[in-house]
Formats: sequence, C-alpha cells, structure tokens
Amino acid sequence: MRVSVSWLREYVDLPAHLTPADLEQSLVGLGLEVESVVDLAGTVTGPLVVGEVREIEELTGFKKPIRFCRVDVGDANGTGELQEIVCGARNFAVGDRVVVILPGGVLPGDFAIGARRTYGRNSKGMICSAKELGLGDDHGGIIVLPDSSPAKPGDDARPVVGLDDVVVEVELTPDRGYQMSVRGIARELSHAFGVPFRDPGLASAPAGTESPAYPVEVRDPVGCDRFAARMVRGVNPAAPSPAWMVQRLTTAGIRSLSLPVDITNYVMLELGQPMHAFDADRITGSLVVRRAVAGEQLTTLDGVARTLVAEDMVICDAGLPNPAPAAGADAGVPISLAAVMGGESSEVVAETSNVLFEAAHWDPVMVGRTARRHRLFSAAAKRWERGVDPALPLVAIDRAVQLLVEHGGGAAGAEILDIDHVSSPTPVVMPADLPARRVGVAYSPDRVAALLTEVGCTVVTGPDRLAADPGEVGVAAGGAVSFRVTPPSWRPDLTDPADLVEEVVRLDGYDRVPAVLPVAPAGRGLTWQQRRQRAVARMLADQGYVEVLSAPFVAVELANQLGLPADDARRRAVRLANPLSEEEPALRTTLLGPLLGVLRRNLGRGQRDLALYEIGTVFHSRAEVGTPPAMGVEHRPSDAEFAAADAVLPEQPRHVAVVLAGEVEPGGWWGEGRPAGWADAVAAARMVLTAAGIPEDRVAVRAVERAPWHPGRCASLVVDGVAVGYAGELHPAVIAELELPRRTAAMELDLDAVPAAPVRQAPVISSFPPALIDVALVVDADVPVAEVQGALVAGAGALLESVRLFDVYAGEQLGAGRRSLAYKLTFRAPDRTLTVEEAVAARDAAVACVAERFGATLRGV
Amino acid sequence: MSYRNDPYDPKQVALLDPAALAEAVTTAEAAFAAAANPDELTALRPAHLGDRAPASLARREIGALPPAAKADAGKRVNEARRSIESAYAARAQVLEREQAERMLVEERVDVTLPSDRRPVGARHPVSTLMEQITDFFVGMGYEVAEGPEVELEWTNFDALNILPDHPARGLMDTFHVAPEHSGTVLRTHTSPVQARTMLTRTPPIYVICPGRVYRTDELDATHAPVFHQVEGLVVDRGITMAHLRGTLDHFARAMFGPEARTRFRPHYFPFTEPSAEFDVWFPEHRKGAQWVEWGGCGMVNPRVLRACGIDPAVYSGFAFGMGIDRTVMFRHGVGDMRDLVEGDVRFTRAFGYGA
Repeated sequence: MRVSVSWLREYVDLPAHLTPADLEQSLVGLGLEVESVVDLAGTVTGPLVVGEVREIEELTGFKKPIRFCRVDVGDANGTGELQEIVCGARNFAVGDRVVVILPGGVLPGDFAIGARRTYGRNSKGMICSAKELGLGDDHGGIIVLPDSSPAKPGDDARPVVGLDDVVVEVELTPDRGYQMSVRGIARELSHAFGVPFRDPGLASAPAGTESPAYPVEVRDPVGCDRFAARMVRGVNPAAPSPAWMVQRLTTAGIRSLSLPVDITNYVMLELGQPMHAFDADRITGSLVVRRAVAGEQLTTLDGVARTLVAEDMVICDAGLPNPAPAAGADAGVPISLAAVMGGESSEVVAETSNVLFEAAHWDPVMVGRTARRHRLFSAAAKRWERGVDPALPLVAIDRAVQLLVEHGGGAAGAEILDIDHVSSPTPVVMPADLPARRVGVAYSPDRVAALLTEVGCTVVTGPDRLAADPGEVGVAAGGAVSFRVTPPSWRPDLTDPADLVEEVVRLDGYDRVPAVLPVAPAGRGLTWQQRRQRAVARMLADQGYVEVLSAPFVAVELANQLGLPADDARRRAVRLANPLSEEEPALRTTLLGPLLGVLRRNLGRGQRDLALYEIGTVFHSRAEVGTPPAMGVEHRPSDAEFAAADAVLPEQPRHVAVVLAGEVEPGGWWGEGRPAGWADAVAAARMVLTAAGIPEDRVAVRAVERAPWHPGRCASLVVDGVAVGYAGELHPAVIAELELPRRTAAMELDLDAVPAAPVRQAPVISSFPPALIDVALVVDADVPVAEVQGALVAGAGALLESVRLFDVYAGEQLGAGRRSLAYKLTFRAPDRTLTVEEAVAARDAAVACVAERFGATLRGV
Repeated sequence: MSYRNDPYDPKQVALLDPAALAEAVTTAEAAFAAAANPDELTALRPAHLGDRAPASLARREIGALPPAAKADAGKRVNEARRSIESAYAARAQVLEREQAERMLVEERVDVTLPSDRRPVGARHPVSTLMEQITDFFVGMGYEVAEGPEVELEWTNFDALNILPDHPARGLMDTFHVAPEHSGTVLRTHTSPVQARTMLTRTPPIYVICPGRVYRTDELDATHAPVFHQVEGLVVDRGITMAHLRGTLDHFARAMFGPEARTRFRPHYFPFTEPSAEFDVWFPEHRKGAQWVEWGGCGMVNPRVLRACGIDPAVYSGFAFGMGIDRTVMFRHGVGDMRDLVEGDVRFTRAFGYGA
C-alpha cells in the first residue's frame, strides 16, 4: 500500500521536518514491512508545468495514431507562445489541462527531456502520464487535471499532482490487518514519535435507525456478523472526483473510475474498511446475504464468470428468481461475491444517481478460502483475511456518504441499516511480569500497562487468579499482579499473553533487549551418522570429485530412460500435486537422474573431464499410503497417532552417488591421461565404505545386472551379505538415451543401509621377516577374481599376511576362455622367521584350494 | 745405480732402486691427475696399484736381497706404495665430488612444470558453511536434529501454529505431495524439525537443525525452489529474548568477525511470539560494511510448545533460522543464486574443500 505523508499528517502530528530516512527507520522499528519511502520533490527536476491544450492535429500514416498538440504553458517557456508537443496518448481533448515537462527537465529513471524531431514534427517537451512521473502504475493515458483544479497554465505542476509530497509504501504482513490503512500507519507513527493521534475510526457517526436504509436479510451471521448500509439519492452522475482524491488514489495505484467507486476506495485506504457501492436502481428486490449454493454463477467486476461453491458468501438480489430449489425461498440471485469482489449487474455505471453504500464485516477464514479458491486476491480480500475492525462500518458509511453528498450532490437517506452480531473482544489475562520474564528487560507493571494502553487496549489490574489456574493462559503468574487486558476492536490478532508481550517489547524497542548468552547443558556432539556423512563427503572431494546439490525434481520418463524394469522399486516415485514444471512432477528415487543432468550441463558448458558426487535424500513412495490421522494442536498427539502419521511419509533414505566421464587422471608432460571407467566407480564405492569405517573383510563386490548399468560391467557392493549399492559403467542404451559421453560410469550407495563402523581391534604386527612368493593361476575366465582370491586366502591359512593381484593375462597358449591371475603372496609368522618349507607349504595349500574350487592350474612362474 | 758391496744381480732388483720407486710414484700421480672421472681413475688402478704394478713387483724383488738390505728396501717399497694409494684416494675423492656436483647440475629439472596430475575435487560452499555453523553450535553444547524432507502438513504447519486458514500458510508457496489432500508436503522450512524435536525430547533442549527446504519459486537470480536453512531451538526454564539476542550476537561474531553484531526488527511468524527479523552488521561486505538481512527469530509461541507436549507454564524457548544459500551469497559475494544450484564445477571448485 502506498500513501502520502500529507494524508498521514491529517491524523498524526508528525514533526515538521521529517526526513524519509527517519520515517523509514521508525516504521521498520515498529515492524512494518517498508518497501520504500520516496520524497517525490526530488524525483522530477526542471520545468514541470501545467499546460492547457489549445489545438490537436491528428497525424496519420504511422503505426499508431499520433497527436501533434499546441499547448499553452503560460510564460513557462520564456516566450509565452504555444508549446508544440507530439503525444501518443488520446485521452484528452482541446481545453483540457495537462502536465507538461519542458526541455531541460528530467523524469524519474534519468529520462532527460529535450527538443527533438519525431513523427515529422518538432516536439519540445512531453505531456506526462502518472507512471512517467513516478506517481503510480497507471499508464492508461496522460494526466488530465479535473475541472475542480484551480491550476493555471504555466503553474508549477508539482503541488498540483502531489509531487511535493513524500510517499510511503508498506507491504502486507500476515497478522496486522489494521496497518493497511492511513489510520493504522498514522497510529504506528504516533507511537514512534510520541505525538498525538486523532483516530478517524473513532469519529462519531449516526447509529442505525429503526427502519432500514434498504431491506436486507443476513441469513448467515457467522459468515457476516455485521452489515451496514445507507442510501444517497439524486447524485449528479457527471460529478467528477475531486483532484486530491484522484491524486491519493493514483498514489495508491488505484485508477479513478467514478465518484461513488472512488469514494469507497478512498475510505478503504483511509480507514481500512472495504466497502461497496451499489446502483440502487439496478437492484430489483431486497438484499439477501447468504452462503452460495454450489454451482451458482456470478460475473464479477473483472468480467470473469465464476462458479460458486457452498462456502462462498454472496449478496443476492431477492427480486430475481433463483431457479435452483436448493437456494431456498426468496434466495435471490448473487450480485456480489461478498467481501471479495462486486458483480457487474449492480455496479455503479455512468448514469447512476441513487447509490447504496454497503460496509460489512465478514469472517476472515471464509474470505481467505474464497479468495484462494477463486484466485481473487483483491485489495479488499487481503484486508479481510488479515482482520478488519468490526467497529468501523457505521463510521465508514458516514464518511462515504458525506464525501458523496459534498462532491456529487444528492441527499443522504435518513435511514441507516446496521445488522450487528459482532461479539466484543475477549479479554486476555496476563501476569504483569510476563513481559519482563519473557524478554529479559525489567519492565515495571506500570510501564506494561502504559504501553498496552497506548496500542488501544483497556488494562484492568486484577487479583492473581492465575495461581489457581495457570492452564487458562498457559503461563503461571509469579505471585505478582495480573492484568486483564481487553484488546481494541482493530486488533483481532491479540488473543494470547504472548501477543501482549510482543506489543510491549515492540513499543519499548527491540534495541533495548540486552544480549545474554545462555549456557547449554553438555551435548554429545555429532551422531555417528552425521560424522560418517562428513567423512564420506570429504573423502570424495579429496579424491577429486566435485560436490553437487541438485534439485530432486525429475520427469516420469526418466525411469524409462534409465531402463528401469517395470517392477523396479525405483519406479515408485513420489509425485507432486503442484510441480513447478509439468515436465518434472516426480521426486527422485535415485540420485543418478539429477546428477547426470548436472554432468550434461557441465559438458554443455565445455567441460570434458568430470567427476561429480552428491549426498542427498531420495524418495520412495510406500505401496499403500493413506492420509495421516487428523491431529489437533490443543495438546500433544499420542505416540501412536504420531507414529501412524509418520508411517504415511515416503521412505527417504540418504544416498551417495558419483558420476564420471572423460579422463579421471589428466594427460600431461608426464604422459597419457587415464580415461574414467567402471573400475573408478567401483573404487569410489569401496572408498565410501572405507570412509564409513567398514572393514574390508566385511565388504564383497559381486557381478550383477542392474539398470541403469551395463549388464556386464556392474558390481554390487555387499556389506555383511546385504547389497548397499551398485557401481560400474552405464548401459550403452542409457548413455545414448541421455546423450552422455561413451563409457560414462556411476555408482550409488544407500548410506542409511551401511551399518555403523565397528570399534576396530588392533592387529598383531610381526617384526620377523616376510616370505614373498608369487603364483600365477590359470582359471576359467568367468570365475570372478574376488572368488579366486577368497579361495587363496582361505587355503593359505593364518600365515598369509597379504595377497595382491599384480597381473591378469589371457593368451592363446592358455586356451580359449582361460586366464592367468598372478598374485604376490606375503607370508609371515608372528613369532618366528618362516622357513622356506613352511612358506612353500602354505603357498601349496592356497593353490590347492583354488584348484579344488575352480580347477585352477599353476602356471610356470 | 748400485750399492756398495752389491752381492746380487742388480738387474734382478732394478725396481727396488730408489729412483725407480720414485719414478713409479711420480708416474702414478701424473696418471691419476690425468683421470677425468672416477671411472677413468678406477681403470688406472691395476696399472699402479695392481699385482703387476711397479710397486707391487718391487715388493717381490725384496726376497732377492740379502737379509741386511731387506728391511730398508721393504720400508722404501711401502712408502712408495702408500704414496700411490694416498694419491689415488685423494684423486678419487676429488673426482667423486666433482661427479656428484656435475650430477646435481645435470639432473636439474624445471620444477615449475605443472604438477596437477590428480584433478582437484571440491565441497559445495553451502555444505561447507552448513558444517561450520553446525560446528559452532555443537561447540556450545547443542546437538544436531534432523527430519524428513517430505513432511507432514501437521509438523510443517499445524504444530507451528500455522493453521489451515491462516494467511501465512498461503505465503509459504508450498509444494504439495500428490494426491491433493495427502496431508504431506515438501517441507517449506526447517521448523518442522523443531516440532519433531520437542515431541521426542524433554527440555532442556538445545538443538540446531540444518537442512534442505522447498518453495514453489521459479529459479532466478535471487530465488530457488530448493534451498537450505539452519534453524536453532532452545527450550529451557527461564529462557528470555535476551538469551536469543546473546546467542545470535555470539554467532554473528563467529561468522563475520569481532565487529559483527545483530539488529532486531519486529516481524510476524506464527510459531514465535514475540518475533523479529534480524540483520547482521557485516564489516567485510563486498560493497562495504553494512547491515544485511539475515534471518528470523523469536520466542517459541506457547501454542507451539503446547502442541508438542511441553508445558508453557514451566518452559519457554527461542528459535531462530536463516538461509544458508543467502548467507553464502552475501558472505562470499555470489551474485546469482543459480550458481549455487546448477552445479557448474568451475563455480564449486573455486571454494576448494578446506575447512
């Protein structure tokens, strides 16, 4: 909301010289979201004057109609001659007074004005729109001064259009509806500067009369707990809105439409009370305020035909027959979507002379739902949702009626309708020392009472009834006095003692809260899972992998691109109801999809050699999910309830994955580079397990077939017999489908499935010399090395210290389908130097075991 | 050359002649001096110190001398041989030193050749900062609490006093999990971890909750649909807003230097009351020392305590939270949010993986 300081000054006695910076600081200090404070006097420099259009010549032959104007600018141009100006707008006529910037002037945005030749004519200056002057967003045409304006050609136009003012723009906060008005901001400023405030919301207004201004029936006092109305008859339909009103609306970004409608908007800005003006002659019967019948239709002022649901509130014209029997007797036809937007059929039009003003009070929950349902976040709806003062309707009606009578003629009806079901605010009981105890500043009870009174509360000191029942307000009194605080009607947000505490600290100043460091009890540090994640992350970075934090949104098609089988668990993706992109409506079930996307992006940006990793959550939808049980907030849910709710959530294990392409070790002056391959992916997986503290002898690598890997180049990583992940080269079809480089490799492990690291037991280190023996074993090529090695280890017995494969060879002399595996065996005893015979015996046992299991033969070494 | 009373054939003992011995020494010394390197010197050894060398042959001739002359001759031969040996050793030492020096010169390489044989990896700056923040609070005795990213609406909203029809719920730009009304969402903040913590622990509670959160914002220079927050929660007896202030000031100094401090502005959050947004005075900002919007905080709303089973008549608490990505952006001068999201290795590598 944008309002000018001159308007605020009508209700609060601000210091005469107030800088925009001071103003902003004081508003921010009170919790208003200030978008900007702009001193308009400095925004347009140079000659900005009032001009009167004397001649208009229509230029044709251009892409759009252009006007060549001669404008009387008095003596402002130094010659007194008519100023020649080319103008693209068409919303003015000869005799209109407009705002002209002459050569030498500069508009906001450093837009310097000079004399120039355009559309074949000399143009010396510009006729300005409100937007060009920085006065609002209205670029529908140039500013035409209303007839009521006394300005003469050649006058400085700044005061005429409000460019001598300071404009404050504040953003909506979700809880303080009262701040969305001149009334509310002026009130806050009175707190900030400690100056008098004249509350326009407490102005005296005539009360409702016996006979109504118009027959109205409120059938749902929950949705509408107050409805006030008054008629003004015989208004001059041609009466324009006064210049100052148009100017203030323009500043607020609201277009001037007609005097009655402008008045409703003006009163809304000033008091915060949304209003509606009906053309009384376009209503045929009495008004009925009720819930809509599902399926009812209404065309709102924005020209959209809307289908209503049963929860919406509507104002109906009972004179029109409703074809739906469900609507009930004399239900009428909706003419206004209550509190959100009026309807076309009863709106004020050019001929309107009898105006019915309506000011009501609606249920904020109902309005919020209706606004969201119809995506109609009108200025009125936003105010209703955040809370409107229910005490305002009669004041607002009176203000509107007076303005209309004053500027549009006509006679105010004697009858005033006021259907009032508003319940009075509920008092809040609070220990007087609660603000001090919550904030840590020693506010005295007197100070607390004074501050609460300042925001409009009524504070009554009562006995300490809280000691008997602290549960009533959730705070125990410290044996001190308690306050019974009745919030003002405009503060529906003040319902709890904590809300009152905030008002105290807010007005007293947040900057007065001291800094005290609390002492936490002894903590236990990171959990082993947290430490492990760090170790893995750091190890991978150390190994040359670059960490990625990718977004988890994926296409449904990805499962096909990865070649996942129809029954693969990774097809059970969680879907979003409102994804950002319809193309990516699912959450990842594997890190590889998004990670390969990042790989591709890097390749597209010219990288060739890439090693990326990510540690993150994947999401697996559960097979049969219901909805969580309804849980209130009045008390803690039971453990069973919460467990049942949690069971609805998808499984969300933490995974780690790497992808590799190009060279894993670069070439250079030292020689050739080494291309990344399946073995690097397997190595990365093994290193993750090492970083996780899993001893090597609990890890097994097995050949498996699993998408999206190459069926002949995929390993599963097995810990204690359980597969925790997979590594290898990607399937050529997947590589083609995802447009990845050939031989792209990847691994993915479920970190949550990796068991905790055991406390390692120390080995016995022998200081006796080792016996080193090499053996070469010829086995069938399809026997996995891991199994051969396992047999060697098993056969060698306790004297074997280490075994290392140093060569793999396949050649014709070995026979087809055979290969030779050359191992270095290191034997050592803990207590003696091994004899040659002992070492050879151990070697023979090892070889015999492989021979027995896999038919291996010893190759001549 | 002969001795008095020579009883033997002088030809047989010619090499024992003092002049001949001196000659052998001189010749050897000259030969050694001419050797250019240890190998050449070694090659000279047999000729001057080997079995067939003059000094060695002279020794054999001693046997032909009369006993009276033997001692004298032996002495002379030994002297000569020692002289040759020492000349050899001296020359060897010189040549070896020369060779060692030459080798150091010859083996010189250009040590400025590139040594990047292994590619350098990197941590994401968001991860690194998240760990730093975590470590700071763990150092103060806090523990790290975690929770699911697909979260119950109840923990994400209701338990935090963001009731279904409250405008704040609409402002959260929430990703809802299908089907509609599933009761689950992608968490919009790390605050549901607060609720889970209070449901499962008993006060005193001092926890820090770092994690990923989601909002339906299109990716642009200042917004991302996925970003990271860290949230702190303290629930204990007698906790005040001053404790919140003290904690955040301490934290600000740890992150931004001893000059840093915080400034509170009143604000609205449903789950805290009173609530504030806080700015940090950042002396090393790229555009000069200035206040930077940092996060939100407040005293835990008693309604939240009650929903989570903690008696607000006994305990009070504070909570604070800030965006990690935003903090990385202003702390490290990142101009575009997309750089944190897209995973371009040129960006991430610039941060290395140090602490």
